[in-house]
Parts: sequence; C-alpha cells; structure tokens
Amino acid sequence: MDFLTLKGIQHTYFTVSSATTALKDISLEVKEGEFVSFLGPSGCGKTTLLSIIAGLIQPTNGKVLLENKPVNRAENDIGYMLQQDYLFPWKTIEENILLGLKINRSLDDHKREQTLSLLRQMGLQNVEADYPKQLSGGMRQRVALVRTLATEPKLLMLDEPFSALDFQTKLKLEDLVSNTLKRFNKTAILVTHDIGEAIAMSDRIILFSASPGTIHKSFPVPSELKKRPPFAARNHPLFNDLFNLIWKELESLEPE
Amino acid sequence: MNQNNEVKLLHEHYLKELKREKRLVRFSQLLIFILFFACWETASKNQWIDPLLFSSPSSIWNLFISKSLDGSLAANLSITLSETVLGFIIGTLLGTCLAALLWWSPILSKVLDPYLVILNAMPKVALGPILIVALGPNMASIVAMGTLVSVIITTIVVYTSFKEVDPNFIKVLQTFGATRRQCFKEAILPASFPTIISTLKVNVGLSWVGVIVGEFLVSAKGLGYMIIYGFQVFDFTLVLLSLLVIAVFATLMYQLVELLEKKLVKNGSR
Repeated sequence: MDFLTLKGIQHTYFTVSSATTALKDISLEVKEGEFVSFLGPSGCGKTTLLSIIAGLIQPTNGKVLLENKPVNRAENDIGYMLQQDYLFPWKTIEENILLGLKINRSLDDHKREQTLSLLRQMGLQNVEADYPKQLSGGMRQRVALVRTLATEPKLLMLDEPFSALDFQTKLKLEDLVSNTLKRFNKTAILVTHDIGEAIAMSDRIILFSASPGTIHKSFPVPSELKKRPPFAARNHPLFNDLFNLIWKELESLEPE
Repeated sequence: MNQNNEVKLLHEHYLKELKREKRLVRFSQLLIFILFFACWETASKNQWIDPLLFSSPSSIWNLFISKSLDGSLAANLSITLSETVLGFIIGTLLGTCLAALLWWSPILSKVLDPYLVILNAMPKVALGPILIVALGPNMASIVAMGTLVSVIITTIVVYTSFKEVDPNFIKVLQTFGATRRQCFKEAILPASFPTIISTLKVNVGLSWVGVIVGEFLVSAKGLGYMIIYGFQVFDFTLVLLSLLVIAVFATLMYQLVELLEKKLVKNGSR
C-alpha cells in the first residue's frame, strides 16, 4: 500500500472570460519516507498541485489519499513550507514556532520543550524572545522549518523554500533540511525549478510539462546520490549526467 | 589614532549642527506665537480691528481667569471632553467590529458596499436634529453624534486593511487547520493593528467636530454651548476663549493617542 496516492487529478480555474485547465490526469504514488521533487517550467501547476494535496483547494476531478484516507487538515497530516518564511512579524520566535500547536490546541509542556529543542538543533540558540526581523533570511527559513515540523506532520510539502535565499545559505539549508527529514523519516514533496536542487535532495524527480500541467516523465535518482547529503551529491560524477539528461528533457518541453 | 580623532571631531560638528537647527526651529515657532498674539493685542487696542468682533488676548485671558475661578469653564470642559473621548472610542470600536463583520461575510460586504459609500459621503452632522429628537436633548445624543461622524470612515479604512493582509499568512494558518475565527485572531487583527491605531488619530479630530456640533444643537452644556451662547449674546471673547481651549485639548488628545501608538506598535511589527 502506498503512503500517498493521487488518482486522476484534474483542476480547472474559472474566471469571467476563461476556464483554464491547470492540471490534467495527474496520477502518482509516493512511498513512506520518500523524497519526491516536482520540477517543471513556471505555470505548470506545481503549486496548485501542492495546494490540492494539502487540502487547501478541492480539485475539479480526482482524489487524494493519504494512508488510504482523504487528507484531514484538522489533524495536521500535512506540513507546508512556503517560498518565503511568512513568520508573523508581531510574534516572537517562540510564539511563531508554537503557532501550529496552539491552533490545534495540542500545546503542552512536553511539546513546547520538544519544539524549543528542535530550534536549538537547527543551530538557533537564544533567539526565542527575538522578533523575526532581528534574524537573517537563512535563520528565518530555519525557524519556519521548525514551525512546520512542530506539529509532526506525516507529509511535508516544500514550495520552493530556498528560492529567496542567497546561494551559500541555500546550499547549507539543503543539507540541514535533508538531514532533518531523513532523521525523522519524513515523506516530503519539494517544488522547485532548480534542477540541481532537485537532484541533490530527492529520491525521485517528476518532470511536469505546462498548459495544462501533466506529468511528463519520472527520473529515479541513483542510490549513489541518494545516500549522500545534498552538498556531497552535487560533487559526484553521476550528478552531472543526470543534470544533463533532465536539462535536455526540459529543453524539449520549451515551446519553440 | 589620528583618523579616529578626526571622525570624532566630525561627529561632534554634526551633532552641533543638528542642535543649532533644532534651536532655530524652536525659536521661530515661539517667535510666531508671540508675534501673533502681540499683533492681535496691539491691533485690538488701537482699534485697527473691531475689538467687539475680534476681542483681544488680554480680555480673553481675563475671561479665562474669571471663568476658571467660578468653575464654569472646568465644568463645561469636562463635559465636552468626556463626550469626545466616549464618541471616538465607541466610533473606533464599533467601526472595527463592523469591519470584522464585513470581512467575515464577503457576500455581506458586496451587498453593503454602495450603502457604505453613500453613508460616508453624506454629512453626518445633518442627522443631528433627528438624533436629538430620537435620543432626547442630552449627553447620549451628543455622544451618538461624535460616534456617527467617525464610525463609517473607520469601517471602510479598517476593512480595507483587513483585506490587504498577505493571503500567505492565512495559508500558513490553514495548513495548521485553523478556523476562520482563528485566522482573524492570529493574523488579520494583529496585522491591521497599526491601521486601527492610526484611524484613532483621525477619529480624535472627527469626534471633536461631531461633539461640538451636537452641543450647538442641544445648547445646554459644554464648550460647544459656550460658543453658541457667546454668539447669541454677541460675546466674542467667550467664543474665542472656547475655541482656544478646544485647540489646546484637541492637540493634547492627539498627542496622547500618538504616545499610545508608539507604545503599542513598537514591538516587532513593522
């Protein structure tokens, strides 16, 4: 039995002047503990698909099953990380990371201690009482990761979480996020348009083609790359081979 | 070492310049104040302007002393002040609640949109006579007037700021399974807090207008009554005294709200 199953997802946006089909015939299975990347040109409906999996949007057609059940937002099955950190500027770091637990009323001393210790494991000491604007971009995104993990979601969704960061910070965070997810054996879906990031972090890469968004091709990442942390994987000879393969495939998708 | 000294010297020079400028501004402000009252006094004494109509600072001061001693100024002032404070607090709270209601129900906000525009454009003080007949010629109708002038504009401004909150904050909360009520409490309201405080500043001025006009109409107590009474008995010294007192207290109230704003908005947000 698969952990996450998408069956024939189709989604159409309606406006006064048009009906745009953003996604068509998306069927997909993800195993528990697997890290999958969605790669594709902009406008291929990747973010829409994430919102559908998270249960934020109802698809026009099709079903999403998590452990054979529909997704339940109230039970925090799903953690969602956005392009920017979206830490609440009027809340302290501690209030921010405990927000999810507060929302679903499961905050207790044990969970609080657990979350604060996770913050320290991310290399953030003595920032609990600070406000987000006192932290750098990389630190803020780490805080956002702690906030997402605090509710112990079964499935983690990362919507281009490193795209707003500088390259060096991004590489460091890739390693940190990858290690953290492996350690907790979390299943994750990463949306990106950075081929290198997709190869370095994931077990499987799914290439989307645009208008309407469909699954074009799926690339398994060789185990030599999978077992290495992202930064080391980038230096492996197999990395370039896969990079070129996906690059060519993406080129062929570009409209003339 | 040498360079350090030079930087220090330049900094001292900069601070000195800053102080000089500040002194100049303060001095000019004071000069305008003194010149204005001196010219007024002289012009009135020499009959260049009609002393019956424009009075003079010295006679206003004498009236101020006598009205202060017999307690009538303090009594009228305290009535007007409490009406204004009540009016603008109720106006701001009610406006914020209405804005919350509109945010809660997008259909309701679409339905009410043209009515809000009309109500906002209409001069609310024109409703004064109806209010006085409905609520009686007492404090309640004056407070209602102070509230009425500020409530609609507060609703519109605060509702606009509710709508402008970044939807991604809501998305974060929704992925945690937040209800609409929790979204409002955790994101919408705190994000709009600076706007609510700044409408408070606008409402201070508006409520003074509502209350003074209300007192004109009811003509029983307060600074507005003092103005209308002075006008009727042709005592313009009384009118001008009331005006000056209003100016001083409206400024004080504005400063107080600004102080409150600094205290409340300093933490984290923006």
